Amino acid sequence: MPENSAAILKADHLGRSVGTRILVEDINFEVPAGRVLAIAGPSGSGKTSLLRLLNRLDEPTAGTVYFEGFDYRSIAARELRRKIGLVTQRPFLFPGTVADNLRFGPAQRGESISVQKIDELLRRVGLEGYSSRTVTNLSGGEAQRVSFARTLANSPSVLLLDEPTSALDEESRVGVEAVIRNTVVDSNLTCVLVTHDMSQAVRLAQSALVLDSGRVARYGLITEVLHAY
Amino acid sequence: MLTRLFHSQLELGLAQAAAAFITAFAVVIFGRRRGIHLERETLIAMLRGIVQIVAVGFVLLALLQAPNWSSGFLLAGMIVAAGSISARRAKGIPGAFRISVTAVALGAGSVIAFMTGLGVINAAITSLVPVGSMLIANAMNTNGLALNRLRSDIIGKVGEIETALALGADAKTSVAPYMQASLESSLIPAIDSLRSLGIVWIPGLMAGMLLSGSRPIYAAIYQFVVLAMIFAASGLTAMISTLLVRKRIFSPADQLILRADAA
Repeated sequence: MPENSAAILKADHLGRSVGTRILVEDINFEVPAGRVLAIAGPSGSGKTSLLRLLNRLDEPTAGTVYFEGFDYRSIAARELRRKIGLVTQRPFLFPGTVADNLRFGPAQRGESISVQKIDELLRRVGLEGYSSRTVTNLSGGEAQRVSFARTLANSPSVLLLDEPTSALDEESRVGVEAVIRNTVVDSNLTCVLVTHDMSQAVRLAQSALVLDSGRVARYGLITEVLHAY
Repeated sequence: MLTRLFHSQLELGLAQAAAAFITAFAVVIFGRRRGIHLERETLIAMLRGIVQIVAVGFVLLALLQAPNWSSGFLLAGMIVAAGSISARRAKGIPGAFRISVTAVALGAGSVIAFMTGLGVINAAITSLVPVGSMLIANAMNTNGLALNRLRSDIIGKVGEIETALALGADAKTSVAPYMQASLESSLIPAIDSLRSLGIVWIPGLMAGMLLSGSRPIYAAIYQFVVLAMIFAASGLTAMISTLLVRKRIFSPADQLILRADAA
């Protein structure tokens, strides 16, 4: 039975520890459909660990996550990961062309995407005409945009972004942030954005959660959290 | 000259060993004059060598009189030892010993059993154990190479593997390029041995068959047979072990559980 129909994504006392080391503990939050939640905090506070749990790349050792009202452990991991797409901090592109990378996700469930769809995805991330380029010739910012488009090719319901601009120079950062604004904010795509940059959180998110030593230090509307920060 | 002085085979062997020992030690003395001190190390190595090989001689003597069925126990012991040695190359992979023993047993063991059944390997203990040990030893080396390469590739490509998983790929697809690379690289020695056979080297088995009076053409063909069997046993072992590793490094929810800090 759906636990909460209003929130598309809900963390319920979520935690993970490895041996005696606690990575994240007792995390609770909700993300309504079409909203952006920013997760901030200092290095080592558990931001990436939390995002990996949301994508179920790691298994929770406490609590769980509800996706569209269902305990996400009841959903097949591959299907869940398609629906909750992840863009990592470093864009790990597969050898081949940009189009090959965009085809990868749909191919995993036996689907193919049309040339028009590839062109449309590349246009959304500002890389029109890049389809046949080999990935080895891309700059850092271009590679991150391809990584973004590759995740969008799976038509996810929720997008997880792990510091997508932190490894980029200023010019590329501005460009990728504009892509996030265009594809996420303007398209009402539900998103969880990990960032250490509070000004970026303010520009892109409506609510924020600040982690400290793996625990929630603050959680609420972005203006409230920023005020207390 | 020695053959004229010594008429018993044992006496002749000891005299030949002494001649070889003196020649080897002369090199050590020559090195000493040039400031290279290998006396102690060489002396110990040569004494160890003669003791070990004479012990093997006694084992072979016992084998000649043992019943054929006892070769099964000997080969099983070799398989366990081979699994244990090659598992050391897979540090950090959960269940590496069990994986290696299973892979060598199913890979090398099945080739030995099949070829013995066909009559390619003589079922007599004096033939089955030496030929079987060659297959097991090579399967061990290939298994060690395959596991070592797979482990280092996976640890070095965690980002790529988890990216594939995050895009909805299953465990099999996410590690497929690294499985293939580890198999190919582990089989390079076996393939090169086949490719260079007779051109770069004349293997010991063929030399032994010639010395024992076999016809050169048959000895040559049988050497090819042995190398082809080695390739089959090694390839099958590496395929089985990499498949078993894949099952152990992912959770049921396709989460990669092998990490650099665990290796």
